[in-house]
Amino acid sequence: MPLLQITNLHATVADREILKGIDLTVRAGEVHAIMGPNGSGKSTLAQVLAGRELYAVTEGSVTYAGQDLLAMSPEERAREGVFLAFQYPVEIPGVSNQYFLKAALNAMRKHRGLPELDAMDFLDLIRGKIELMEMESSLLNRAVNAGFSGGEKKRNEIFQMAVLEPKLAILDETDSGLDIDALKLVAHGVNSLRAPDRSMIVVTHYQRLLDYIVPDFVHVLSEGRIVKSGGKELALELEESGYAGIEDEEAVGRR
Amino acid sequence: MTALVEHTGAWLDGFTNQPPASEYLRTLREAGFRRFAERGFPTTHDEEWRFTNVARIARTAFHVAAASPVLRLPDGVQQLTPGQAESDLARHAEERNPFVALNTAFLDNVTVLRIPSGAVVGQPIEIVHAVVARDAPLAVHPRTLILVGANAQCAIVETYQGRGQYLTNAVTEIVAGEGAVIDHYKVQQEDRAAFHVATLAASVGRGANFSSTSISLGGALVRHDVNAVLSEGSEVALNGLYLVNGSQHVDNHTVIDHAKPHGTSRELYKGILDGKSSAVFNGRILVRKDAQKTDSRQTNKNLVLSAEAVIDAKPELQIFADDVRCTHGATIGQLDSEALFYLQSRGIGGGDARNLLTYAFAQDIVDRIKIRPLRDSLESGLFEKFHEHPC
Repeated sequence: MPLLQITNLHATVADREILKGIDLTVRAGEVHAIMGPNGSGKSTLAQVLAGRELYAVTEGSVTYAGQDLLAMSPEERAREGVFLAFQYPVEIPGVSNQYFLKAALNAMRKHRGLPELDAMDFLDLIRGKIELMEMESSLLNRAVNAGFSGGEKKRNEIFQMAVLEPKLAILDETDSGLDIDALKLVAHGVNSLRAPDRSMIVVTHYQRLLDYIVPDFVHVLSEGRIVKSGGKELALELEESGYAGIEDEEAVGRR
Repeated sequence: MTALVEHTGAWLDGFTNQPPASEYLRTLREAGFRRFAERGFPTTHDEEWRFTNVARIARTAFHVAAASPVLRLPDGVQQLTPGQAESDLARHAEERNPFVALNTAFLDNVTVLRIPSGAVVGQPIEIVHAVVARDAPLAVHPRTLILVGANAQCAIVETYQGRGQYLTNAVTEIVAGEGAVIDHYKVQQEDRAAFHVATLAASVGRGANFSSTSISLGGALVRHDVNAVLSEGSEVALNGLYLVNGSQHVDNHTVIDHAKPHGTSRELYKGILDGKSSAVFNGRILVRKDAQKTDSRQTNKNLVLSAEAVIDAKPELQIFADDVRCTHGATIGQLDSEALFYLQSRGIGGGDARNLLTYAFAQDIVDRIKIRPLRDSLESGLFEKFHEHPC
């Protein structure tokens, strides 16, 4: 049984259809890259999978670990192991990073029938993950993402992922706005989290990230549909010919 | 007018049957009662009371009870008799406000404290007002005068609490001598059936630093007036946090009077409204003609959690000097849906996520509380409050 099975998924925002029939199968341990031009629906797909209410699913189904994902609240999805690394991580003044992450981790542990961690156990657990992401530990005492640089925000997302240990991680343009050093650091963090029981969907506009996070499959999204799928070499092909080529091909194919 | 005569009559009974007092106090009482009787209770036709209808107070027949504050006075604080403070008692709070006049009419058991010049009081001065109304509605009129000498330093915590149906009509006057540093807190956690009307009048001396933080949690109908008059180079910070739900109403009226040059004032009031509650923030900044180089900033932020809650926010800037910097801003908003989704996407339940964001909204006021035990108890109290009432 695949971990994630998306079938004919349609979604709208403010009555405008963004996703127009997505089919995608992700098995345990696989890394899928979803590429496509701006406005093709990549981020919408990521947000719909995480349960953002802004989008209405009008058709199709999503099965996750044998369950109807679309029937679950965002927090239920998270507790079942779905993690979205946000394209634009949200600033939350007044809530410390540490409090936030401990609350999140304990919500997950409670769901799994594990005892909640106290502050000391929590700090022990995250110490190694802070080092992995080369984060300043002072970041823990600062408000969530407030005043963080773009790179710090993205690193913080992957740090959260390392702590929460999801089964399905969706990375929404985690590379955008990163310089090459920050990109390598983020990719290193992601790669160290690759595991046979952890799947990833890496949404990106550029092939660059895929030099560092090498996917098993690449899909090209255009106007709300997956128009081409292939192996990691498809990303290189796109790098050379650009999205325009794919779209033309698709247009020809439809005729 | 019949109603007016009736309620003044009820108060007159209480007034005439007061325990005996010195001639000095009796004179003050009589003058206060005369002013109150002339004006009567304010109505919503009075600009200052437009959004706060005190008819419920005016219509209730209260029995007057003596205020009996519990004082915790650290070393270095002297307690005086009213007669020893004649030059200041009832000279700072303005009796144009009928509630202040009514308080003066019932002067009894006045708390007068003095911190001598240059004294640094290490521990906070605590004044706890607790009312228990069992059968009939009670009215108490607590009166406090605190005289802080030149270059003295102290922290003051006033707490108001109780059980049952009652009116607390409090007046606190604080006089800050030249260069004094005063950190004042007021924690209002009255019974949800109680009325709380209070005036804090601060006369801030030259180069003195006065900060006051008002935390308003309880009460059915609550009105806080804070009036601060600055001298040359004075610094004033007024902070406020008000939390209302159900049918609670809270009104914060502040006046910061820059009477002399080089004064600085900072004001931050934050409100959280739920249910069918209502709140008023009216912040007046007065910069008189002489008060050049005034630097004043006022902010009022409101978080409205329900569709039925109502907030009236009104900044009032009256500037008569020409070389000043004054800014003000008021916001009214809901919880940020993106932040909610972000928290939920990390497994935090919807109700907990709302509570956490609501708590976070109040956080910067709580952070300004310098007395650690007070901050800790409020922090946990607020957190529990939000947990009890998942929105």
